[in-house]
Amino acid sequence: MSSAPLESNASAAVPDERGRFGDFGGRFVPETLTRALDQLAEEYELAKKDKAFQTELRGLLKTFVGRPSPLYLAKRLTDAVGGAQIWLKREDLNHTGAHKINNTLGQALLTLRMGKTRVIAETGAGQHGVASATACAHFGLPCTVYMGSEDIRRQKPNVFSMKLMGADICPVESGSKTLRDAVNEAMRDWMSSVENTHYIIGSVIGPHPFPMMVRDFQAIIGQETREQCRDTLDRLPDCVVACVGGGSNAAGMFYPFVEDDGVRLVGVEAGGRGTDPGDHASPLSFGSPGVLHGSYSYVMQDDDGQTCDVHSMSAGLDYPGVGPEHSYWKDTGRVNYIECGDDAALQAFDQLARTEGIIAALESSHAIAKAMTIAADMPSDQHVVVCLSGRGDKDAMEIARLRGETW
Amino acid sequence: MPFLTAGDPNIETTQAILKEIGSAGANLCEVGVPYSDPIADGPTIQASYQRALDNGFRLQHVFDMGAKLPADGMPLVTMVSYAIIFRTGLKQYVQQAKAAGYAGAIVPDLLVEEADEFAQVCRDADFSLIQLVTPTTPRERQVQIANSSSGFLYYVSVTGITGERVELPKDLTDNVQWLRSQTDLPICIGFGISGPETAAKLAPVSDGLIVGSAVVRRIAAAKDAAEATENVKSFVGELRQAIDNA
Repeated sequence: MSSAPLESNASAAVPDERGRFGDFGGRFVPETLTRALDQLAEEYELAKKDKAFQTELRGLLKTFVGRPSPLYLAKRLTDAVGGAQIWLKREDLNHTGAHKINNTLGQALLTLRMGKTRVIAETGAGQHGVASATACAHFGLPCTVYMGSEDIRRQKPNVFSMKLMGADICPVESGSKTLRDAVNEAMRDWMSSVENTHYIIGSVIGPHPFPMMVRDFQAIIGQETREQCRDTLDRLPDCVVACVGGGSNAAGMFYPFVEDDGVRLVGVEAGGRGTDPGDHASPLSFGSPGVLHGSYSYVMQDDDGQTCDVHSMSAGLDYPGVGPEHSYWKDTGRVNYIECGDDAALQAFDQLARTEGIIAALESSHAIAKAMTIAADMPSDQHVVVCLSGRGDKDAMEIARLRGETW
Repeated sequence: MPFLTAGDPNIETTQAILKEIGSAGANLCEVGVPYSDPIADGPTIQASYQRALDNGFRLQHVFDMGAKLPADGMPLVTMVSYAIIFRTGLKQYVQQAKAAGYAGAIVPDLLVEEADEFAQVCRDADFSLIQLVTPTTPRERQVQIANSSSGFLYYVSVTGITGERVELPKDLTDNVQWLRSQTDLPICIGFGISGPETAAKLAPVSDGLIVGSAVVRRIAAAKDAAEATENVKSFVGELRQAIDNA
């Protein structure tokens, strides 16, 4: 592993006004949604420049979420690996236990700004559902969360939290009953309710302006990491690692480093139980460019363009598509995308719990696993930052089930 | 103008129905290409897509079926997601569809801003690209869509997904009449039309009525291809009569 400058022509000045990151992105949705997307794009541009909006959001992130999240040196994990220093960006310590709240507060504020009176959201692992329910409870907005019935089974604690905060949960029984089907149902709701409802998409996916807007709300992760590295190390990290499902924590972490060629960026997809179609959720590693959920990006699809079923033990990564900016970063060579299987992620989950006393989300455990491998090949005076995107409390029951242990 | 899902429950049934409904009074038929993730479709059509895909539907079946139908029959257009067209290749898709006897395509997730390349491919092949106007489309944009459309213009009656409705918006007639003053293209109305009563109300303001979920439901209720054909034929006959008497 070297930190030699990379040859990449990736730009931070994307997307263009049509929502294109290079060739990727755009808008592939029914005409019914166009006006709402235009309105959202316009309001978001105004909000970006509006000091009052930014001040309110920053204030909430500080006092309600608990930002900035710490950058923590995982000393015993580093010693166990025996290579570069491993740092954890502790998004798991945010209110609601993951990075998702950074985005939902921003979009809930926009909902109010647009005069809309109802929120819908999709969720996979339930972290975005909880973060949406939280933001809506905070602002007094009614919230409906679409969640696949398979994910409801896998992530019961989050389902209960959402209900406690007054959200309605709509179980989705179509297709694979996971995140992808939840997105479809939320989009269908929005087709009928678009006049008074905002759809808070939870990742850097969907039609323009969502991939850009969600990235911007999540970019605080990377911005803080830069500052914290400057303060603590007096330089930027050598390598930054994050897990990629739809890709919002990774987009938020990577984006502020995109033009720092000396910083190696690694995205970790869910390798599931093997490399055959249907056994993993790694469209950047094994998929091809296509259209899903309103944008053009890498996707797991068959020869006809039908979306393939995917698998990951972690509900938050169990998605056949990926945000269009990741496709752009892949094709420009700026980010290296690799995959990590279920078993390796579970081992990393255990190792982090035992060496550091941190129970990571299964999603984030994929990034931990690969960061350990990467750090092992680097000298001890170099630094790897991993985005610890969420905490693992929600996964305890599912891990017990996978291991045949009683809870 | 009925809508059928290709391959629901199998491609032989779809073909049998298509052979018969022209004489029952259909002027044109929309052949829905099943897609795994349709955003604009309600539960009835979604379920029909799922049945077809579960029964091994492939895109090639739509082309093979088209080639087997009489060339002088009623015109057929496909309703197809851009995900499928893109994967097939824009030119490739149009060539194959045209060779199989299809007159055009309705692409519900291709917005006018993203349509330039495909519209050019369609124009070059003399293949219609039918675009959609909805109640949420601003008027200036409606004109822009009409100008880039060919064959006919598809007016979506409701703000929502496909499926039968008891009532349609009150301003629908006014909106369609305004659009008529802006374009020479025929204007057909779809989404939400449940039966002869709605058809009779809309017939005077439209050049065609697209009936999807109500047809698909009648196919799903049948025990075999013969009964499905009979169900659709008599329903199309009822619609025809209602339209002619309106």
